[in-house]
Amino acid sequence: MSRHPDADVVSRPWTGKTRRYDIVKEGVIAILVVGVLALALSALFSSPDDPVLTFQGWAKSAPANFYTTTVQELAGTSESAGYGPPYNTASDGLTAGPLNMQKLMGVRIPVDTAQDFVITPLQTQQQPAAVSAAVTAWNAATPDQQSAWATALDDALTAADGDPSKVPNGNYGPVPTLAAGLLAMGQSGAYDGIFMAQSPQAPGGPGFYNLDYTKQILFLGDGSYLDDAATAANLQGNTWGMMNETGSYPGQAWLWLYSFWYQISPFNNEESAPFGSNADAWIFYLMMILSLALLLVPFIPGLRSIPKWIPIHRLVWRDYYRSQHAGAKE
Amino acid sequence: MTTTEPQTAPDETPDSAEAGNWTVGLRNKFFGTYPPEKLLPGRQPAYLSSWIYVFGVLTIAALVFIIISGLVLSFEGPSWYHTSSVGLFTNSVHFWSVQLFFVFMVVHLWGKFWMAAWRGHRALTWMTGVVAFLMSIGTAFTGYLVQTNFDSQWISFEAKDGLNAVGIGAWFNVTNLGQTLLIHVCLLPLVLGVIVVGHILLVRKHGIVPPIDVEVPAPAADPTDPATTEVKS
Repeated sequence: MSRHPDADVVSRPWTGKTRRYDIVKEGVIAILVVGVLALALSALFSSPDDPVLTFQGWAKSAPANFYTTTVQELAGTSESAGYGPPYNTASDGLTAGPLNMQKLMGVRIPVDTAQDFVITPLQTQQQPAAVSAAVTAWNAATPDQQSAWATALDDALTAADGDPSKVPNGNYGPVPTLAAGLLAMGQSGAYDGIFMAQSPQAPGGPGFYNLDYTKQILFLGDGSYLDDAATAANLQGNTWGMMNETGSYPGQAWLWLYSFWYQISPFNNEESAPFGSNADAWIFYLMMILSLALLLVPFIPGLRSIPKWIPIHRLVWRDYYRSQHAGAKE
Repeated sequence: MTTTEPQTAPDETPDSAEAGNWTVGLRNKFFGTYPPEKLLPGRQPAYLSSWIYVFGVLTIAALVFIIISGLVLSFEGPSWYHTSSVGLFTNSVHFWSVQLFFVFMVVHLWGKFWMAAWRGHRALTWMTGVVAFLMSIGTAFTGYLVQTNFDSQWISFEAKDGLNAVGIGAWFNVTNLGQTLLIHVCLLPLVLGVIVVGHILLVRKHGIVPPIDVEVPAPAADPTDPATTEVKS
């Protein structure tokens, strides 16, 4: 029987040799095998579930950092206070060349760190007389005065390596009392409850339902408590943390390529402009382009020919090629 | 006396009577494309002889366990597994099924790449597979966000920066548990399910891609039939 190479045959119903094949049986066996594997792995290794970090845990284990971060929220020098969109207008956000989508999308999730993280929680609970007076004094002051007080204490804390006990006397207004009051709330556990129960419908007041933890995550991340815990768990971005999981469990290994870019120059140096300082934007766009390339492999000359140049398909279809070879010899 | 026999107007043939009938049109289109022997074939081309072909169905099998364990978790709520041993085991099945799902899917994807499985009008099959892969990454990511434990606190804190940097964070807020939870259990599985079903239907429609530089026994000689003419690769 004559044979002929035919590229067009790939788009036509197969007319060559066939074999018996039971798709349903294959599917049932696959489900059984995967089921046994999943159940066995679950029984043997369980799954990760490290307890959440709380503001009480932060205030108790690192009170100086909690105090200092509170001052930074009032001074507007914390990471969240200076973040920019979508939380505030303190900066323009990250850019990729002329493209600044962060700024273009605007402030859709407004966050006022001084009011939301500090003043409102203090006002929500009955406070000692000194703290109540400090809140009143803060609210009565002009924004410039508020900024001057908080910035002065923030600078003094920086000079004192973040140790409030070493801060010299100065014109800090009510800020030290506010920070101490919030620290006391944090250590008692009251801050966790009050901060979590803020009303989405009536900002500034107590609420009931709350499924949005934006403010809580931002405040928690402004201090060193969350960061230190992530470092201890080997979850930092510069150590492939994006694809790691707590403990010894496999994480999102499929994010290896995304994580890879954060490990190499120029993206791994946050100080280097324009790529390092805008790494989050550049890497996201880079991954979008690579994903698009993967999607469009069938249409990209060169890329679509790689399987032909590197004949791994010879392994996949070795029985077929062997039979073709044998047939040609006959 | 009444009759139940279908009636057609004197000037209508059975075909013309059904012209413009969307239901009949859809039925004819679907079952014309997918006759039973194509949807559930009992035979396959002889070249389908490799373990690599198993990974597609293994991926679907893992997805079955993800959906079942995910449904149980969704009925009990996102915090159930913190306090219940049955909940923790169900969460573990969900977790390990996801890990298996990605292992199988990546092997399947690489296998199809080296087989150049997009040949012969199968580009859409490849593309739906890639979209399913990318959607799966998004679905798994939102799953990690709704663990309501330390890991989800850290992941949401870190991930917000990447999404905010390109403007997506303004609309998809990873620190909003309500939003991510609903996206994880509703939107993404629904979209992923539709894409996977479409992917499978495309595989059934076009069949398994033949080997590269395939040679087939020549059909009855017909010099005018392009299928029997040699085509340069």
